[in-house]
Amino acid sequence: MELIQISFIFDSDLDRDMKLSQFLPGQTGIIKEFTDLEMSVKLMEMGCLPGESIVVERLAPLGDPMAITVSGYQLSLRKKEASTIIMQ
Amino acid sequence: MDGDLKVALVGNPNSGKSTLFNVLTGLNQKIGNFPGVTVEKKIGFVKLSDQRNAQITDLPGTYSIYPKSRDERIVMDALADKNSPDYPELIIFVADASNLKRNLLLFSQVADLQIPIIIALNMMDLAGQSGIEIAVDELAQKLGVQVIPISARKQQGIDRLKEAILNSTSIPLQLPSIEVEAIAPELIQKIQDELNIEHPYVALQLAHQYENMLFLSAEQKRKIQELNQEFGFHSQKSQASETIARYNFINDVLFDTVKIHSDPKRETHSNRIDKILTHRIFGFIIFFAILFLIFQSIFAWSEYPMSLIEQLFMWLTDMGTQILPPGLLTDLLIDGVLAGLSGVIIFIPQIAILFAFISILEDTGYMSRVTFMMDKIMRKVGLSGKSIVPLIGGFACAVPSIMSARNIESWKDRMITIMVTPLIACSARLPVYTLLISLVVPDEKVWGIINMQGIALMSLYVLSIVSAILVAWVMKLVIRSRERGYFIMELPVYRMPRWNNVLLTMYRSVKAFVFEAGKVIIAVSIILWVLSSFGPSDRFEKIEARYSSEAMKKQYPQDEIDRLQASEKLENSYAGMLGKSIEPAIRPIGFDWKIGIALITSFAAREVFVGTMATIYSVDGDDSHVESVREKMQSARNPDTGLPVFTTAVAFSLMMFYAFAMQCMSTIAVVYRETKSWKWPAIQFVYMTVLAYLASFIVYNLLK
Repeated sequence: MELIQISFIFDSDLDRDMKLSQFLPGQTGIIKEFTDLEMSVKLMEMGCLPGESIVVERLAPLGDPMAITVSGYQLSLRKKEASTIIMQ
Repeated sequence: MDGDLKVALVGNPNSGKSTLFNVLTGLNQKIGNFPGVTVEKKIGFVKLSDQRNAQITDLPGTYSIYPKSRDERIVMDALADKNSPDYPELIIFVADASNLKRNLLLFSQVADLQIPIIIALNMMDLAGQSGIEIAVDELAQKLGVQVIPISARKQQGIDRLKEAILNSTSIPLQLPSIEVEAIAPELIQKIQDELNIEHPYVALQLAHQYENMLFLSAEQKRKIQELNQEFGFHSQKSQASETIARYNFINDVLFDTVKIHSDPKRETHSNRIDKILTHRIFGFIIFFAILFLIFQSIFAWSEYPMSLIEQLFMWLTDMGTQILPPGLLTDLLIDGVLAGLSGVIIFIPQIAILFAFISILEDTGYMSRVTFMMDKIMRKVGLSGKSIVPLIGGFACAVPSIMSARNIESWKDRMITIMVTPLIACSARLPVYTLLISLVVPDEKVWGIINMQGIALMSLYVLSIVSAILVAWVMKLVIRSRERGYFIMELPVYRMPRWNNVLLTMYRSVKAFVFEAGKVIIAVSIILWVLSSFGPSDRFEKIEARYSSEAMKKQYPQDEIDRLQASEKLENSYAGMLGKSIEPAIRPIGFDWKIGIALITSFAAREVFVGTMATIYSVDGDDSHVESVREKMQSARNPDTGLPVFTTAVAFSLMMFYAFAMQCMSTIAVVYRETKSWKWPAIQFVYMTVLAYLASFIVYNLLK
């Protein structure tokens, strides 16, 4: 079985792509890649994989953290953590 | 009942693992601790057939075998070491059928450890409702393990699960998932050879987690470290590619075994509740209303059972003194053991009520929303969203609240919460505060409505919140933790609470408190009894001789003599001598030796202060007793100066002392139990005492 390496992005890519933390409630997108290896591992364990679609459900009353729907369940994460997810 | 088959429950949080554990074992469970950690270990027993029993261990819920917190480390500790007493002969993997993909990640990891495993496919009913169709037999075939659909909540499929346990083999049958060796080919082989490890995935896990594995020797750890370096092993990169490979495998498995007919209707059900419960404004209003209700209930509902317990102990004391022959043993039994016991039992109603509420909040899924809402505020002071519940509970009693801090996953957040919870003005401080306030604050109204005494009391409550927040903030800077804080947290769908689960949680927490904390409380009570009822024998003999003289009997009635004698004996007891010996230390904050005795005795519990004051100033123990203590204290004069002892400065200094000092051995006992070390209660005791002394010193000198 072949092992897939996750790609880590270069700075120049940052202009085109949006981070999950920039999404507003109601917005939908597909995970492209991660910018933080440690965080990516935790996120993938929770079902946030490249190619998986995400719906931003709501923000906490004070604007942080955010609640998203991913692979059929709801997940909350801090904006700082969401900023490591690059969306297509 | 003894178990002949060792079974471990493994699964994601919110997968219904604990519900299944309760269904399988009922009341037939005991709570221990995993070696070296604070997490409690739940072990239960289940009868499988006439001949066979199983011992079931409920391992902490985790999303992957790579631990994010100390608690999750236990799973790996139990499953990696063949010689561990926790090493299971069979794993029941509890999977949430409505979220199979994420659940199977952990399954495929655990399965690769090559321990016999079966899957309990939980929440099949919920999955059905949300349009998820699972071909159970095909799934079982593809994975090579038994898959039993169950509903732990509705207690469906439990008999089939028991049958499956009986039918399980002692050889692992699961089919291979990913090619583990491909992740770190030579390294895995080397570790297997060096440490004599049978299964490649165990070896890979050791390469990742060797530092934290309790069963490895220093020599073995050093060897793994060397091998890791030699082969340029990068833990996180390896974990990332492993995770992706596993999801590829899972996608293959699920491709033709799970069909999702998405039904947006149920989605909005939980969402709709969230729109209100986590609303910008209503969210907080509802949350504070719920807290208010809990706070009120802890006070209101526990009042009656607590007074019953009090009466029961008074009756027991009464009976004891009447029936038992007078003497030392009787005194020890009644004033030491019985008094200590009542100090334990009296907390049961509050603990039971607080834990019932917490269990309901957890069960319904509301607790994770509270965390979600409060996280931003609490994070600023080094706490977590989940700290809010113990802190609020602290207004009633720190003991159950510190126990409830178990819900906090992050070790650092949990420790800070435990450390600051006793600062919150608990109900035991109330009698002390009311007594002292009534002494020095005039019962007058400002602007016709605002009661001065009420303001004083409220200020003390506000002070407690402010100090808890400030100390938490300082501790955030001081306590170091290698754990990186995460807030990647599942928001489970709203559900009705499971009432038998609520009852079991109440039962477990009360039992744990009575047996664990109770031991310490009774021991300290006995020590306090010894200290306050004994003194150097020559002194006691002289006192007794003097009070039994005929001259005394003529001058005073017998009960007056008894009171005076008790008071003088206390003064000359070891506790009294201690009071006198600490007098130089407490004089700068305005206390004399009598208050010193009260400080020592009220170490058992803060409210003992009132009782000790009563004994020292020898007041009748009748109903109007607070009133008369107050009068005695008010008229107390310093024998040297002739000035009143309880000035405004002294009273406020005392209030500050009780606000900050760790004057509660139950709390110390429970902190020891919860942290499994004397280090934390010691730090807590020292910092709180220092704070208390400083606050009292400042207040006393300002008001003097």
